[in-house]
Amino acid sequence: MHANLWHPWRRRGKTRAMLESLPVASAFYQVDAANPQRRQRAIADVVTGLRRWRLAAALAWLDIRNRYRGSVLGPFWLTLSTGTMLLGIGITYSALFRLTLVEYLPHLAVSLIVWNFISQMVTEATTSFVQSEAIIRQMPLPYTIHALRCMMRNALIGAHNLPLILLIFALCGVFPGWEVLLAIPGLMLIAVNGFALALLLGMVCARFRDIGPIVGSVMQLFFFLTPIIWKPQLLGERAVLLPLNPFYAILETVRGPLIDGGGTLIAWVAALSYTFINLALAATFLVRFRSRVAFWV
Amino acid sequence: MALIEARGLCLDFPYYHIGARSLKKRLLGNARLHTDPSNRVVVTALRDLSFTIRDGERVALVGHNGAGKTTLLRMLAGVYEPVAGRLTVAGTIGAMIDVSAGLDPESTGRQNVRLRCLYRGMADADTAALTAEVEEFAGLGEFFDVPIRTYSAGMGVRLAFAMATAMQPEVLLMDEWFLAGDAGFLAKAEERLARLVTGADIMVVATHDYGVVRRWCTRAIRLEGGIITADGTVDEVLGPVPEADQPVRTTV
Repeated sequence: MHANLWHPWRRRGKTRAMLESLPVASAFYQVDAANPQRRQRAIADVVTGLRRWRLAAALAWLDIRNRYRGSVLGPFWLTLSTGTMLLGIGITYSALFRLTLVEYLPHLAVSLIVWNFISQMVTEATTSFVQSEAIIRQMPLPYTIHALRCMMRNALIGAHNLPLILLIFALCGVFPGWEVLLAIPGLMLIAVNGFALALLLGMVCARFRDIGPIVGSVMQLFFFLTPIIWKPQLLGERAVLLPLNPFYAILETVRGPLIDGGGTLIAWVAALSYTFINLALAATFLVRFRSRVAFWV
Repeated sequence: MALIEARGLCLDFPYYHIGARSLKKRLLGNARLHTDPSNRVVVTALRDLSFTIRDGERVALVGHNGAGKTTLLRMLAGVYEPVAGRLTVAGTIGAMIDVSAGLDPESTGRQNVRLRCLYRGMADADTAALTAEVEEFAGLGEFFDVPIRTYSAGMGVRLAFAMATAMQPEVLLMDEWFLAGDAGFLAKAEERLARLVTGADIMVVATHDYGVVRRWCTRAIRLEGGIITADGTVDEVLGPVPEADQPVRTTV
């Protein structure tokens, strides 16, 4: 019945033909406040939103193009600045930790680049809906589209840093084995979490505008609590506490395969659990508050 | 068959991001502003609206600024969901509330048409057909492949108008500017608008312009403070055509 909820525009002839073939009118929109069908609507939102990923991808690409309009290097400026930062931190901290650059740099490169990726996703998730305010108030689109747009944009930007990892591995002579492929599910896990957060934080931060800056500070805090600059082995016995940090768990699913030959089982279990919690929270919020977002943005 | 059926529609508009405390002191006591159970200031945007619009009706929503016309249009389009009541809209909906929404100024006219097709969830073949149609109608020549940021106001209107009117919805929801003169940029725009309006099974237009109402509509609904105060034929709601207006035939 709601299959066509998000296709307000269809050619007349086409719709007519569809009406003849389908017993239930496909162009049919009904809302009843006494029977809000919140769960069905939320599911329809996610399903149609994911099915229309091409719109989200086009918007994400436009975001990037417009952000770097007129710039020669464009998003590769990020690659350059990450490279500079790697060099600075690499030289200083390898000396402080008494590690050789070849031992330290691959770990730092992977951790910092993946961290930037995660951190960017989280920070921009806070504005996923507010940023699309003009569209949300003018046309009924699945909210999933806006969250997907936010996630895809950051995934594309994050991908610009990946060549740095290859470069540093080549320079340091690190050639990890086939375990490297495990980093792919790790990256996918980050994307799924980014999408769920764009829904969840997008909604919360549209309603409460103070949450955005708080999220920024929290990310700053976790930058130091997560093994990015320092190696997890340096914690000694206290390393058992690390999986309590969700950012460590998620980061480890990519860092582990690239640096330590696979990542610990406990990190994977923790990462999957955090992802599940994140998705469950996002789903709950979407079901409960989806119809309010248009008033919040 | 197209149909719009509203039964007891209510909408409260919460004021979230305004200093609620001082606002409360100043504004409460006004009949439309009150606090809801969680102590937020809300304005009653629409209160207990019931109406049925059937095939062939062209309805004007009239009323002062802030009477709830555009809010009702947005609710019919599916942007806002009612807090009470039931709304049924049968038929493909075409909402022309703000046609510039979703345009990307850095993209060319052609890219914007493609983007609009993606927004509408159209298939690739339809996208190509629509692009050709819009290119032909808007008559922008080589500017069709130039970023729309560089367009003059008139060119922007032509592109927006061509995109918005290139398809034929069954239920047409419009805000007033479409019918109220801006579209007079080309003689063929009027013909196209007439085709769009008469081709739709149902039209709902929000407007201040009684000339527009008398020319295009078969029925008028007057909103005041979010409540329907009159609903009937155009003459019943607006009264007979004033003497002074009679010689002036509005041109659209």
